[in-house]
Amino acid sequence: MDNILQVKNLHVSFDTYAGEVQAVRGVSFDLKAGETLAIVGESGSGKSVTSKSLVRLNPPDSTRVKNGEILFEGKNILNITEQEMRKIRGADIAMIFQDPMTALNPTMTIGKQIAESIRKHTSMGGAKVKERVIELLQMVGIKDAEIRIKQYPHQFSGGMRQRIVIAMALACEPKIIIADEPTTALDVSIQAQILELLKHIQQQMGLSIVFITHDLGVVAKMADRVAVMYAGKIIEIGLVDEVFYKTTHPYTKGLLAAMPRPNMMSDELYSIPGSPPDLLNLPQGDAFAERNKQALKIDFLEEPPLFQISDTHFAATWLLHELAPKTAPLENKSVNPIPSNHALEKDRIAKGNLILVKGLKQYFKLDKHNTVKAVDDISFNIYKGEIFGLVGESGCGKSTTGRSLIKLNEMTEGEVIIDGKDIRKVKSKKELLEFNRKVQMIFQDPYSSLNPRMKVADIIAEGLDIHQLNLGQRQEKVYELLETVGLNKEHANRYPHEFSGGQRQRIGIARALAVEPDFIIADEPISALDVSIQAQIVNLLKKLQKEKGLTYLFIAHDLSMVKYISDRIGVMYRGKIVEMASSEELYGNPIHPYTKSLLSALPLPDPLLERERKRIIFDDKSHEGRNRENEILREVREGHFVMCTEQEYEEYKKNLEVVAH
Amino acid sequence: MVIKHDENLKVKKYTPDLFEPSNQDAIKREQIMRPEQSFWQDAWNRLKKNKAAFLGLLIIAGVILLAIFGPYMNSHGYDEQDLTRTNLPPKIPVLENISFLGVDGKDIRNVDQYASKNVDEFFWFGTDELGRDLWTRVWQGTRISLYIAFLAATIDLIIGVAYGAISSFYGGRLDTLMQRIIEVLVGIPGLIVNILLILILKPGILSITLAMVIVGWIGMARIVRAQILKLKGQEYVLASKTLGASNQRLIWKHLIPNTFGPIIVVTTFTIPGAIFTEALLSFIGLGLQPPVASLGTIVNDSYKLLRIYPHGMIVSSIIISLIMISFNLLGDGLRDAFDPKMRK
Amino acid sequence: MIDYFEYKIKICLVVSVETRSGMKIAYNNMEMKDFNLMGDGGYFMFRYIMSRIGYMFVTLFIIILLSFVLMQTLPGSPFNDEKLPPAQKEILYEKYGLDKPVAEQFVIYLKNLSQGDLGVSFTFDNRPVTKIISERIGASAVLGIQAILLGTMVGLLLGILAALRHNSFWDYGAMLIAVLGISIPSFVFAGFLQYWVGVKLEWLPIAFWGGFEYSILPTFALSVSVVATIARFTRIEMLEVLGQEYIITAKSKGLSSFEIIGKHGIRNALIPIITIIGPLIVNTITGSLVIEKIFSIPGLGEQFVNSIITNDYQLIMGTTIFYAVLFIVVVLIVDILYGFIDPRIRVAGGNR
Repeated sequence: MDNILQVKNLHVSFDTYAGEVQAVRGVSFDLKAGETLAIVGESGSGKSVTSKSLVRLNPPDSTRVKNGEILFEGKNILNITEQEMRKIRGADIAMIFQDPMTALNPTMTIGKQIAESIRKHTSMGGAKVKERVIELLQMVGIKDAEIRIKQYPHQFSGGMRQRIVIAMALACEPKIIIADEPTTALDVSIQAQILELLKHIQQQMGLSIVFITHDLGVVAKMADRVAVMYAGKIIEIGLVDEVFYKTTHPYTKGLLAAMPRPNMMSDELYSIPGSPPDLLNLPQGDAFAERNKQALKIDFLEEPPLFQISDTHFAATWLLHELAPKTAPLENKSVNPIPSNHALEKDRIAKGNLILVKGLKQYFKLDKHNTVKAVDDISFNIYKGEIFGLVGESGCGKSTTGRSLIKLNEMTEGEVIIDGKDIRKVKSKKELLEFNRKVQMIFQDPYSSLNPRMKVADIIAEGLDIHQLNLGQRQEKVYELLETVGLNKEHANRYPHEFSGGQRQRIGIARALAVEPDFIIADEPISALDVSIQAQIVNLLKKLQKEKGLTYLFIAHDLSMVKYISDRIGVMYRGKIVEMASSEELYGNPIHPYTKSLLSALPLPDPLLERERKRIIFDDKSHEGRNRENEILREVREGHFVMCTEQEYEEYKKNLEVVAH
Repeated sequence: MVIKHDENLKVKKYTPDLFEPSNQDAIKREQIMRPEQSFWQDAWNRLKKNKAAFLGLLIIAGVILLAIFGPYMNSHGYDEQDLTRTNLPPKIPVLENISFLGVDGKDIRNVDQYASKNVDEFFWFGTDELGRDLWTRVWQGTRISLYIAFLAATIDLIIGVAYGAISSFYGGRLDTLMQRIIEVLVGIPGLIVNILLILILKPGILSITLAMVIVGWIGMARIVRAQILKLKGQEYVLASKTLGASNQRLIWKHLIPNTFGPIIVVTTFTIPGAIFTEALLSFIGLGLQPPVASLGTIVNDSYKLLRIYPHGMIVSSIIISLIMISFNLLGDGLRDAFDPKMRK
Repeated sequence: MIDYFEYKIKICLVVSVETRSGMKIAYNNMEMKDFNLMGDGGYFMFRYIMSRIGYMFVTLFIIILLSFVLMQTLPGSPFNDEKLPPAQKEILYEKYGLDKPVAEQFVIYLKNLSQGDLGVSFTFDNRPVTKIISERIGASAVLGIQAILLGTMVGLLLGILAALRHNSFWDYGAMLIAVLGISIPSFVFAGFLQYWVGVKLEWLPIAFWGGFEYSILPTFALSVSVVATIARFTRIEMLEVLGQEYIITAKSKGLSSFEIIGKHGIRNALIPIITIIGPLIVNTITGSLVIEKIFSIPGLGEQFVNSIITNDYQLIMGTTIFYAVLFIVVVLIVDILYGFIDPRIRVAGGNR
């Protein structure tokens, strides 16, 4: 295959008021015609900057390309004039951006926005342009294109907008598409649709795609080749199978190990310790050395070059040097068999319910005519010492449920009994304080969950102050809590903005633990964090649960994480729980069509599997179309509940029996 | 493949000891990368870096000092009339010898008024048509203008913060009601209300202040409300609620401290607004009555003499403009310093 | 003019969209609630306009009530002036029912107002206030419109220039002009313009109202704060817009910076600027009080200031009510205009 694009030794820096940020430090790769190259890395790894450099889209006044070449059709993109560059942008190399909500001009019709690049790069005019726009919209799967070209972006949903962005990129039939996290802002099932669309179009048009992402699952689904970036460098690059199955660099290994898989049975996730380095002052030697358990002495002195492993596979680690010790594979320390889930479950059931929710409804009145049924009649229970996962896509009501349980919302209807007490009857000040000690919450956004004006010690001790606990030993207690969540004493006098996202989340956990609650609602506690940090937080939560005998309600949209952490799971869809079972059972035998589609849409970090998987499509309309009148949650099998009509119930039961025999 | 082995690798000799495991027993615990800095230090550092805003701050400090001590720096009283020394141009010792500064006691026709009127004192800013010392008057006037402005800003602040905070914190029907009231009040043109009220109350320091406050607090109330509404949804406020925090705690520990930034910025902009309004009222005949003088009335009085004796107008307008510019520069600087977008 | 509106505008720069204008608030609330549920945009617009008109009447009522109370209580006002000649008193008693209870008097007052009767001026031989206003409004309108147009155009140019050449000499220069324009009181500016250009250089007439050349200096003096405000606001809006993702999208299509700024930048930056035009017009009108006085222009502002000096209460109240109506209607129209110009408000819903 021919190389269509070659990047050689690219160095890009940003000038900030704190100093020079070395975002990209010597990146080289090439892109072959018709292939998809995924560049994967965590935030701050330089993947986005690299991709924007390919068409010189980084902000010109603060960016400096210090070194390097980007060869496209014999020209060095970094040297050509802006005019020549403009001829390439949109025509030969097009981009798809992360957030479809902001990537479209809100005050221009989508038709005009798509037509812009056609008019710019071709001699087409008038009616022909319109025809082409309609054709493009149809190609990306937008119906009624003739009408919709006159509409504005806000009249489309997120997934639709991303399709429009794709249509825009395809307008002049480019040779290369650079997709910068094109599905990160979307829900799993929409993500799956967009990925399939991209793949389909790529095959049709013979495009090359540079696909930037942080999600190894998406990589496995999309990529032919993968480049893994860390701290501005490519640390491993190779064919997708090589990188996933012959993983060489300890960082890549760590990333893969940090992702839970549905068939995984260990009780602790592998996690990469520490946080990524500060690009303002990089350490000497390998930037990853400090987090690398297998680091050699030389790692702290000199950066490793890219060593060749096969024709196509390279990795930058001293472990590949001939003098390096032959290492054991990454310690897979906790393969020790965990006690059978079933037994544990019996155990828990014996302990009884901590939480019982019956017919919870949470409606929000918008105005006289409109009410949003955020949570619409759901019932479930959580046993003592259990982790109950609540999973669903954005807007399904899972977070609202969590907030209703902790009385942040005034319940519309229903009964919630926590440890034998109906929380609606908790009214007096004393009772409320008691309730607040028993039930605590961990929040999603590590940036907004800590008051920027308070010192960490005061944040953590807020519960102590309110409940007047540990009087006289406030400081000791704060230190103890900091230790518990893996931080140091010295952090107590700092302010939140001085910490990284993962560290902030730990502070939030310490704050919740301070009042020694029995029940913790964790509302998407890891969704704002990088993969390697996610594993740290999940491990911490699991450890705490074991040590302190806590009960969790774990709310998330990431199914593999929920599956990994939870004992039982409820799947929410449009304000209702549509399926509820133990996590093994739910993943092994999903019954409700929505659960099935959700599971099948989830990209897994396993390329071989991804190639074979077929997505199950949940047809919302035909599902709703059938008679759903007496639909309730029915127990199809012991502990496995599905939202279904009587007729469906019989069907499901029959199917289960067939499988069993 | 383009990527090749580092050429050095073949040439450079590595000793085997480099390839021993580093055995970092426990990988270093969580470290902090950023320097220790409280919110206020951070804002102050940003402000210091903003030269224009810092200059504004210095000028404001200077003007306030002069407004306090200026009138006592010579022996003239602010309403001490002396018709033998009317309309004297400025004359300052030492500086009088530098001709282009124009502080040599000569008027626009180049006549040394001091000599012709037989005055051997120095009037640093000159005198007005009643022979009053302008230095003393101007600083006395600045004092009164600043007093009115700070008073108005303080009252705006108190009412605005209280109204905005109550409205947004309790929300629901109370909020709707309070917002309706604001919606009505905000439609009333400020200057019109000022004029009507001063007509009733007769011009005076308090009546002018009151007239400005009566619509002035609305801006503050809206800002505070918007800010608190935003903060109420922040997760740290929810976290505090779930810990059982009382309303007092929520308001004083979480909401108000995080509203300080906008409050300070708005107040900084209120002050030049009030100084200006007061001057404007003087200009349309609703200013303070003699013998009390504010910057506005001095500008107005000296405007009438502009064509023959421009020094009064020049001095007083420079000072009023300087105050306004400084507060505006400071306000801009504070806004940038407190802007959360800059802080990540 | 700075006064209170000015600082409200500045506040807008602080807390961004939420307080910029009623429409924007309503729009933001609506966005939170999800367009789909709101039905079509037209319905929303209708409801919004109706509620705004409702508020407008309440506000007007309060101003009228205030002015009525003033007339009743102020010593020397025609309603309770003992020194009025009996003939005039009789006319007033007749016209305002001054022998009737206060409430009834107020109803009569309202009725007169609704018929466009703002009372009579006693310093002008009992001429109706409405007539005086209509005679005087011409000069003020010319001056005001010229100042707004000039100020807006220059302000936009400066603001756009400053944003495009961010952190350059042009940016600092434009912002220096803007800070000076906002800070230096217009009467100071007007006074010195008159002194240097009129008296010393003798280029232009220093006062009075005649041909176009008479309007140049006052227009200039009046437009300074408009220039400053628009320039600052435009710069901030432009910078915000230029930092948006869709600008990068446009760039990635291969558009030139000229096309990007023209088609995507300026258009989006201008929409929010409309929201400050209303308050700016109001500011300009208040500013004209002083400017007209300084340049002795026979406009409404000068008339108003004179009536304050001569204590002609009927004229003061009449003009006040006229100004109030004008201000409120201008702000309302501009806000509604905003709704029609921004497609996010104009068309909602759609088949998502």
